Amino acid sequence: MKWVLVAVMVGATTAGEVLQAAGMRRHGEIRDFRPGAISRALALLARNRFVIASVVAMAISFFAFMKLLSMTDLSFAVPVSAVTYVMETVLAKYLLKERVNALRWAGAALVICGVTLVSL
Amino acid sequence: MTSETARLRLKTWICTAIVVFSNAFGDFFLKRGLPESVHLSSPLDYIGALFQPWVALGVALLIIWQLSRMALLSWADLSYVLPVTSVGYVLVALIGKVLLHESITGRRWAGIVLIMAGVALVSGSAPSTTHREAQPAGGSR
Repeated sequence: MKWVLVAVMVGATTAGEVLQAAGMRRHGEIRDFRPGAISRALALLARNRFVIASVVAMAISFFAFMKLLSMTDLSFAVPVSAVTYVMETVLAKYLLKERVNALRWAGAALVICGVTLVSL
Repeated sequence: MTSETARLRLKTWICTAIVVFSNAFGDFFLKRGLPESVHLSSPLDYIGALFQPWVALGVALLIIWQLSRMALLSWADLSYVLPVTSVGYVLVALIGKVLLHESITGRRWAGIVLIMAGVALVSGSAPSTTHREAQPAGGSR
């Protein structure tokens, strides 16, 4: 049961975050942070298909995380997210066409090792 | 450094700070409101849990986390945002030490150093490698 929840959480988180990044890239840079402009941006984003799909995926991931937290320690629930780093960085390169240079790979690798050490 | 680069960098740093703090404190309050004795079996239990004060505060912070993260992703790459916002793990460890008086072991300190090194490597580089349109909303009215 614990590992089923972990699998659901990792899969949903990865899908949600990549979809969120794709949706926000389509939207373009948010420059105006006045309340009126923010509400207009939110209204636009509520109709953005990528953003809608990402919210659904993240809701699944959130409830799986809540259920997992009620069964295990935070120090077990958090480290599994290190797996999503690997998957998301690879998807950022191939799906989102980001230029993941050596610096970013090195940074991601250090972070993955660090997250594992902190959470074990 | 051009003023455009400086503007984007400052904006990126401020937004990253909001993402990191709202995420760390959101998770902290969520865990605080959800002790292991709570039974989550039916969908109604989940809804009910959302109205416990600490859980509600945690959820409010996590909503701020998602909105600020979306704003950050509107101009920065996912492969930049992922490592840079992972400084949150360090913050969670420090929250545990300061607020919950948990001890930080040698292995945890080593992990914290590695995360900070990774964050330092990536955060110095440009946030975006892809061309994207800017929303025309900025100060045009």
